[in-house]
Amino acid sequence: MKILVPCKRVPNPELKLKIGGGNVDLADTTWQVNPFDEYAVETALRLTEKNKGGERSGEVVVVSIGPKDTSTQVRQLLAMGADRGILIAGDDTALDADLVARTLKALVEAEKPDLVILGKQTVDGDDNQVGQLLAGYLGWPQATFLSSIAVAADGKAATVSREVDTGVEERRVRLPAVTTVDLRIIAKKAVHNLALSTPETEWEDTQRLASLKGIMAAKKKELKEITAESLGVSGGILVKTLRHDMPAARKAGIKVASVEELVSKLHTEAKVI
Amino acid sequence: MSVLVLLETTSSHLRSSSLPAVTAARALAGHHGGPVVGVVLGAGVGAAASDAARFVDKVLCYDSAALSAGLAETWAPILAGAVKELGATALVASATSTGKDVLPRAAALLGAGMASDVIAVQGAKTFRRPTYAGNALTDIEVTTPIVVCTARQTEFAPAAPAAASGAVEQKSVGAIDALGTEFVALHATKSARPDLSEAKVVVSGGRGMKEAANFKVLEELTDLLGGALGASRAACDAGMVPNDLQVGQTGKVVAPELYFAVALSGAIQHLAGMKSSKVIVAINKDAEAPIFQVADYGLVATWESTLPALIAEIKKFKAA
Repeated sequence: MKILVPCKRVPNPELKLKIGGGNVDLADTTWQVNPFDEYAVETALRLTEKNKGGERSGEVVVVSIGPKDTSTQVRQLLAMGADRGILIAGDDTALDADLVARTLKALVEAEKPDLVILGKQTVDGDDNQVGQLLAGYLGWPQATFLSSIAVAADGKAATVSREVDTGVEERRVRLPAVTTVDLRIIAKKAVHNLALSTPETEWEDTQRLASLKGIMAAKKKELKEITAESLGVSGGILVKTLRHDMPAARKAGIKVASVEELVSKLHTEAKVI
Repeated sequence: MSVLVLLETTSSHLRSSSLPAVTAARALAGHHGGPVVGVVLGAGVGAAASDAARFVDKVLCYDSAALSAGLAETWAPILAGAVKELGATALVASATSTGKDVLPRAAALLGAGMASDVIAVQGAKTFRRPTYAGNALTDIEVTTPIVVCTARQTEFAPAAPAAASGAVEQKSVGAIDALGTEFVALHATKSARPDLSEAKVVVSGGRGMKEAANFKVLEELTDLLGGALGASRAACDAGMVPNDLQVGQTGKVVAPELYFAVALSGAIQHLAGMKSSKVIVAINKDAEAPIFQVADYGLVATWESTLPALIAEIKKFKAA
């Protein structure tokens, strides 16, 4: 099966965010792949792999939209094991979820994957929209916030578990479909392609790292740079960012010395007990 | 002109998680003009639609067996159709897992710009929302004639019933194509405790709790205070508790009166989900843990040495 995995680079979420004059200053940040997108690539690799580390069957294509140096992140995903990369030129600070989804729609129509897997949200914009928008634009089934996926042996459907507010929901979807993945998708037994593995097959309890061999191999893999125009995408964004501000800091608290002091303060000062 | 709001229900009642969306819809209607019209979808939801009508000016009820599962594939086209039919200029839902799943798809069908997880309605088309795990507050403007948005539940007060109940209009559902998607089962986490997003007290444990069995003592504190149990991503990832207890950027957002963070370091992702809590108590053996930077009351100690004493002390206060 052919799987398309759209990925975004994000500023390192562990670095302190610099905000000034209504803008986020990313000049000194380091970039990395959005963690959920890395999980999406891991999911795609497991679906095209005969057991852990086994022979591959199928193709995993990663795509990103961004400036030229986003190729660093795409190469990293190729080093993880993805087969082919596409970088669509764009200013990733000036996109909105809608334009990303319409660009991906055009790419899906050109590439004709059996499955699209995305991270459920990016950890910078926190929109949680692109997968659902893409499914809407394509008129495809959607399965969001997945904690597990099992693709049927005939490749025509998948049974999925979704993380919902009240627990875990199971659904069956027809392929091709758009899916988005949540944290637990990288659990040992969360992902199976029943044509290649059994429900008992186990993977590592985390996403794979790029091996040295993988890094060498990635250098020879195809990374095609294209433009959105070449895909026939036109029109601009629908949601404008006006400004960014720092949230108000919480008032500094105090340290208490004992449980007795804590409970007494919660009672007399905070009045919450 | 009108503002449509997706109202999620049980078979008989409006879900309280939809009440913040009604408040956000009222705020938008203040700018857009026109009534706030609720949309109830599902199978056998007639009674629920009547209950929901207490909060809005009117309810459109789409009642069909084919709508029972809350699939985005079936709900989004109906919502988009209702927006067009009424000439509504805004579509709102609470940022529940259903709202987050369904509304973007409806936005695509409408070609409308969408604002996710907003914390304030600033104008007819401008919103404030947290980004970068809550480390930035971002003002955005939707530039399309129709505006779609989800509202963060903790930032909009639950709507109170209106002076007069709205009318319920039964709508015909027409042909529905789920595109082959089928609901199989919901494995609900059974709990007698209040909902995490709505609880007045939340007690969360982190990686430092070490194993599932140790959450027992947190549960005891939780139940003593009539609260809800939460956890950090690390504790969920380690399998100590189910993932639907996760508080944070990628889990649930909570803003209780009182939040206990126990053996939990306070990673940025976690703070994003709880730092609007009114009073935060941190118990951690590491004095340098970032959680102390947001805590109103910090106690540098192990949970093992603290929790039993804390429970005993609170019991004393309750008895007094």
